[in-house]
Amino acid sequence: MKFLCTVKRVTDYEAKIRINSDGSDIVTDGVNMIINPFDEIGVEEALRLKEKHGGEVVVLSIGTSDSVQQLRSAMAMGADRGILVKNEGDMDSATVAKIIQKVAEDEQPDMIMMGKQAIDGDSNQAAQMLAEYLGWPQATYAFKVEVEGTDATVVREADGGMETVKVGLPAVITTDLRLNEPRYASLPGIMKAKRKPLAEKTLQELGVTATTRVVMKGLEAPPSKSAGQIVPDVDTLIEKLRNEAKAI
Amino acid sequence: MSKHLVVAEYAGGSLHGSTLSTITAAQKVGGDVIGLVVGQGVDSIATEMGKYVPNVVIVDDAKLANRLAQPWAQAIAAVAQNKGATHIWHGATTAGKDIMPRVAARLEAGMASDISAVVSENTFKRPMWAGNVIGTVEVTTDTKVVTVRPTEFDRATAGSETNIEKVETAIDDSRMSFVSFDEVKSDRPALTDADVVISGGRGLKGPEGFTNVIEPLADKLGAAIGASRAVCDAGWVPNDWQVGQTGKVVAPNLYFAVGLSGAIQHVAGMKGSKCIVAINKDEEAPIFQVADYGIVADLFDVVPELIEKL
Ligand SMILES: Cc1cc2nc3c(=O)[nH]c(=O)nc-3n(C[C@H](O)[C@H](O)[C@H](O)COP(=O)(O)OP(=O)(O)OC[C@H]3O[C@@H](n4cnc5c(N)ncnc54)[C@H](O)[C@@H]3O)c2cc1C
Repeated sequence: MKFLCTVKRVTDYEAKIRINSDGSDIVTDGVNMIINPFDEIGVEEALRLKEKHGGEVVVLSIGTSDSVQQLRSAMAMGADRGILVKNEGDMDSATVAKIIQKVAEDEQPDMIMMGKQAIDGDSNQAAQMLAEYLGWPQATYAFKVEVEGTDATVVREADGGMETVKVGLPAVITTDLRLNEPRYASLPGIMKAKRKPLAEKTLQELGVTATTRVVMKGLEAPPSKSAGQIVPDVDTLIEKLRNEAKAI
Repeated sequence: MSKHLVVAEYAGGSLHGSTLSTITAAQKVGGDVIGLVVGQGVDSIATEMGKYVPNVVIVDDAKLANRLAQPWAQAIAAVAQNKGATHIWHGATTAGKDIMPRVAARLEAGMASDISAVVSENTFKRPMWAGNVIGTVEVTTDTKVVTVRPTEFDRATAGSETNIEKVETAIDDSRMSFVSFDEVKSDRPALTDADVVISGGRGLKGPEGFTNVIEPLADKLGAAIGASRAVCDAGWVPNDWQVGQTGKVVAPNLYFAVGLSGAIQHVAGMKGSKCIVAINKDEEAPIFQVADYGIVADLFDVVPELIEKL
């Protein structure tokens, strides 16, 4: 089986996020950058499925050459090769989906694994759009993935419970938090990753033009909450909840 | 003038509260609002939806009996085109997040996800970076797809007469099929609808902490139960209980955070609550920065006392 996994370069989930002075972007100087945690879960799942069924895991990132770091990290985990599609600046989800669509048409994977959302933009759109552009089925928010023949059975985290769906391959799958725990790269893995093939492509080569269907107009800090109070005991808490907050 | 198509979400034969908040968001833009009910045998949902919007469209088809993204997106996009909708709306629930990007792709429409405010007909605000940042986005396409964070909009109130219409559209076969649904059964109010939410974290030490400490407090207050990611991951409670950036967003009148540290990813899902109470033995825990009232003490002492005295 051939797997295509996306690895987006994002700010560390532990980083303190600050907005720049003109509100056009966040400050990334000195901020640690990581693989989007949901994408990392996707790479792990593809590696496990490859270990079981054989095949190849190809990782894809879209961005500046800085994203090579994330591609190499994924290859250190065990992915076989990487593709960097070079693009500067903002992209809306439709552009991202169209780029991946082109790569998928070239690569012909059986399964595309993506994170359910990137923890920076939190949009949760690109994978589903991609599935529609390709005319493929999708299984989002995967908790468990099993492949049998030309089908994948996926247990999904849905509202109110767990849903099981079956999708015919090729399909797009997005990962939820509990699908697996990604492995750490081993030292030999890191050494090997340096020599694994990494192809670079441009939007022109892929024949994709970036769309601006959704334009970011500016960023602001959320309204801040005024500091609360520490109460000494349960009696005081109940009194405050009854008489001050009128919450009970 | 804008023409809005609001997709109804329903479960167990009744309309989901998130749909009512979504109607309110659409009304904020102004223009005609049409409700859309997709499924099989959904007349009663359409009647319910009709209490809130003047026109309801039903697409009733055996191929739509289960809420699968591919056929549903096809039905929704077809009705949107047929009705000349400018905006297609859904709550930013698991279902809305699953289906609506496909609708946007089918219509080559721009999409704004999980909006927290309507600025104008084409401009919306939405939380990003786990709610650390509020972004303002402009959707430049004529047709716009929008999903709405339900906690940020009041629910629409029932109005007047409605007109219900059935529409047929061809639905292609897809390589997606429904197998089963393992429902988390509970007599408690739904997490996203509840007036009071009691959430627990790793401080509860194990699933019995939820049974012995959290549940009796929830019983006392008629509350729903939530949880941090850590305890869902550990399998102490159902995944469906996770509150946060990547779980559920809740905004009850009263939120108890018990034995959870208040990581930014958790806070992203509950900071809109009207009144937040934190119980944690570590006075440095970040949860105290968002709490209205905090008690620095052992939860195994505080909660039983609270239950007794309430
Ligand atoms: C990509 C990503 C997405 C995430 N999404 C979410 C999300 O949606 N929701 C979410 O919740 N988390 C999410 N997380 C995880 C989050 O970062 C934290 O790890 C998690 O919320 C911590 O859970 P906790 O507060 O239960 O545990 P801890 O951080 O371990 O906190 C336990 C707390 O209990 C207190 N405590 C212990 N014993 C007692 C006692 N006897 N009495 C009183 N207090 C006690 C401790 O002082 C401590 O503050 C995400 C993380 C990542 C990387």
